[in-house]
Amino acid sequence: MADNIQLDVARYSPERDDSPSFQSYTVPLRKDWVVLDALNYVKDKIDGSVTFRWSCRMGVCGSCGMMVNGKPKLTCATFLSSYAPGPVRVEPLRYFPVVRDLVVEMSDFMTKFRKVKPWLVRKQEKPISEGEYLQTPQQLEHYKQFSMCINCTLCYAACPVYGLDPFFVGPAAIAMAQRYNLDSRDQGAEERMDILAQHEGIWGCTFVGECTKACPKNVDPAGSIQQYKLTAAMHWFKNLLMPRASK
Amino acid sequence: MDVYSHDILLVGGGGAGLRAAIAAAELNPALKIAVVSKVYPMRSHTVSAEGGAAGVAKPGDTLDEHAYDTISGGDWLTDQDAVEAFVKEAPQELLRLEHWGCPWSREPDGHVAVRAFGGMKKMRTWFAADKTGFHMLHTLFQTSLKYTTITRYDEWFVTRLLVDAGRVQGVVAIELMSGRIAAIMAKAIILCTGGCGRVFPFTTNASIKTGDGMALAYRAGAPLKDMEFVQYHPTGLPFTGILITEAARAEGGYLLNKDGYRYLQDYNLGTPQPKPVLRSMELGPRDRLSQAFVKEAEKGRTLEGPYGDFVHLDLRHLGEKLIDLKIPFVRELCLKYENIDPVKELIPVRPVVHYMMGGVHTDINGATSLPGLFAAGEVACVSINGANRLGSNSLPELLVFGARAGTSAAAFASQKDGATLAALLQAQDEKRSLETLLGKTDGTERIATLREEMQKIMEKSVGIYRTGPSLEEAGSKLAELQDRFKRVAIDDHSQTFNTNLITALELSFMLEVAASMVECAKKRTESRGAHQRSDFPKRDDQNFLAHSMVMRKPDGTAEVQYLPVTITRWPPGERVYGQPAEQAAKG
Repeated sequence: MADNIQLDVARYSPERDDSPSFQSYTVPLRKDWVVLDALNYVKDKIDGSVTFRWSCRMGVCGSCGMMVNGKPKLTCATFLSSYAPGPVRVEPLRYFPVVRDLVVEMSDFMTKFRKVKPWLVRKQEKPISEGEYLQTPQQLEHYKQFSMCINCTLCYAACPVYGLDPFFVGPAAIAMAQRYNLDSRDQGAEERMDILAQHEGIWGCTFVGECTKACPKNVDPAGSIQQYKLTAAMHWFKNLLMPRASK
Repeated sequence: MDVYSHDILLVGGGGAGLRAAIAAAELNPALKIAVVSKVYPMRSHTVSAEGGAAGVAKPGDTLDEHAYDTISGGDWLTDQDAVEAFVKEAPQELLRLEHWGCPWSREPDGHVAVRAFGGMKKMRTWFAADKTGFHMLHTLFQTSLKYTTITRYDEWFVTRLLVDAGRVQGVVAIELMSGRIAAIMAKAIILCTGGCGRVFPFTTNASIKTGDGMALAYRAGAPLKDMEFVQYHPTGLPFTGILITEAARAEGGYLLNKDGYRYLQDYNLGTPQPKPVLRSMELGPRDRLSQAFVKEAEKGRTLEGPYGDFVHLDLRHLGEKLIDLKIPFVRELCLKYENIDPVKELIPVRPVVHYMMGGVHTDINGATSLPGLFAAGEVACVSINGANRLGSNSLPELLVFGARAGTSAAAFASQKDGATLAALLQAQDEKRSLETLLGKTDGTERIATLREEMQKIMEKSVGIYRTGPSLEEAGSKLAELQDRFKRVAIDDHSQTFNTNLITALELSFMLEVAASMVECAKKRTESRGAHQRSDFPKRDDQNFLAHSMVMRKPDGTAEVQYLPVTITRWPPGERVYGQPAEQAAKG
């Protein structure tokens, strides 16, 4: 293995630049280094102004998503050596507004995430003194996969629909809605249906499945979207058949 | 300068902070609550906790047994009134999380399942596979979104507490996105910023764990408590420090030396059995296991790698099915970060810094010594952890004491007046000094160099074993680094998302916290739990059945005093694990 590898980092400062450009750095190519280690090497040893988010370095906090050679990746879980002999191109997550260098603006995602009511809805709360809501391992298995989302937003950067239509609520938020809809303890599916059905976004998804391919946690947001479409269609169909009370 | 104001301000949006915010919001819907966090709350380090959360839940277990395990596990440095409250409220808190949707692992009949854990005599650890902290944090964060009275300052970094008229009145914080410096005032402030593992080179802690809350409180005049007690987790991956959960051993994993021998049997931890035995061998407490590793290395019976000595964790006999069901994250981490499949291969592990038993001194309700300032979670020291925390006690701790702090802060906030002029003037001062640091162009010392030197001396001299001379050496090295920090080089002068500036401020917090650790360790001339003095190998209850309380003097030096431990029903005894414990129990 060569001793070094070239890292091309997208740089952009709103105070200084009209548009992003690339800056190249030479970093050691070590077998156990991930792309994030290379970025930290640059920040620590060469240029402290290179800007990116990171925290846990174990693939669970969801902070360090970036485009690596054009693909959305958690940089803490992406070995540098997979890109040898290089260069490795690191850019901010696609489709998001860029704040600076590799940092993107997250507030659109945060707003959408909240909108789907990602919490357990109960018509009536059972008192704590009466113990837990029973849930069998099979019932848990039903939604478990969708509860594994770390909110890294790689799926948004992979989603061509989100790229074209920024109003699309997006893969992770829909998966989160499904996570609660499928939870045997939850009673909020109707409310969430109203929210999701309001926007054509979900119908815009053409099941390209890029979100599922990009997901580092095997959440399968594309699966959740297809499930949801089916439920929503059934719901709509049922409403059509049922007699309506006069308003 | 922008000034915001709230009734209650949470500094830190991890498990403790979110639990406290929800507690206050539920108690009084009229309260204006805000959470300021340097990362989006779901990025907080609670997310990395793996194994589980202890709370008595099953027939055959009792609160007293959980209390006894916790107290003896903490080598009698725990405050027993706090432990009694903790074990009583832990099950309710874990149930509350269940009601909020936490996907706890289940028994076939639908009840919550529990697993064994190190140092616990009964199975009482609730778990969500091996991503317990992740699921708890996301449940809390998602639940917090329901409350419209909770405002968030995401990606704001707090630099100073504002104290005047004998009470804490607010903070100064930088909004990362814009570089804007603002004063956020509140009638009550709760610190929930977590620990400071990044003071050390090998740690399970995320990069954000830089002791911010400890340093903020310390500089504001609140004493820190028991700062010499640093927990090494016996099983981290060597280079990255990534945690391999204790659940791997609870499910039956073995620790092997270079000869494939279960070496813990040589260290008064019991005799090896094929199946895991509670409070024995691999299920001994973390301090004892980490110490055994050092002794084993001294005998030359560990393996050597590029990042120092290591031993092996063997899970192969557990089989693929059990590993995938109970500890799937262990397999995922090993595959992704070490290129090792634990179904077929041995996992290299070494002790890595994991948790701070010490922290900001609080009472049982989360109140610090400074009126208006509260603390909960790892940043705080109540103390239920004493000289060594038992695995799976920290997650319920952040719930129990997060809720308590939220409730106390709510009561406090409803009585107090607004901010004083002097506090706002302090905010102006802080803003000016931050602007000076940002504009500094004559620095010569690289942040990373200072940080690495600090980490190196901490590992060498304030690690698993310490001595008087090693601590003296660490003390003078840290003083040198403090001095060099005055000449720190700032590469980035931008207003927009300036992580270079934040890293410098974090380093300054870490240097402060590291020095307090050394001062406490120097004065405690005994060995207890995680504080092992090779020059004073015995526990000394005569002189040290007491908490270290370290105060920062105006000149920046530290002064250590002692506060007696609260004993209610369990007089100090000997800590025994393995067969001796069974014999002792039989009487």
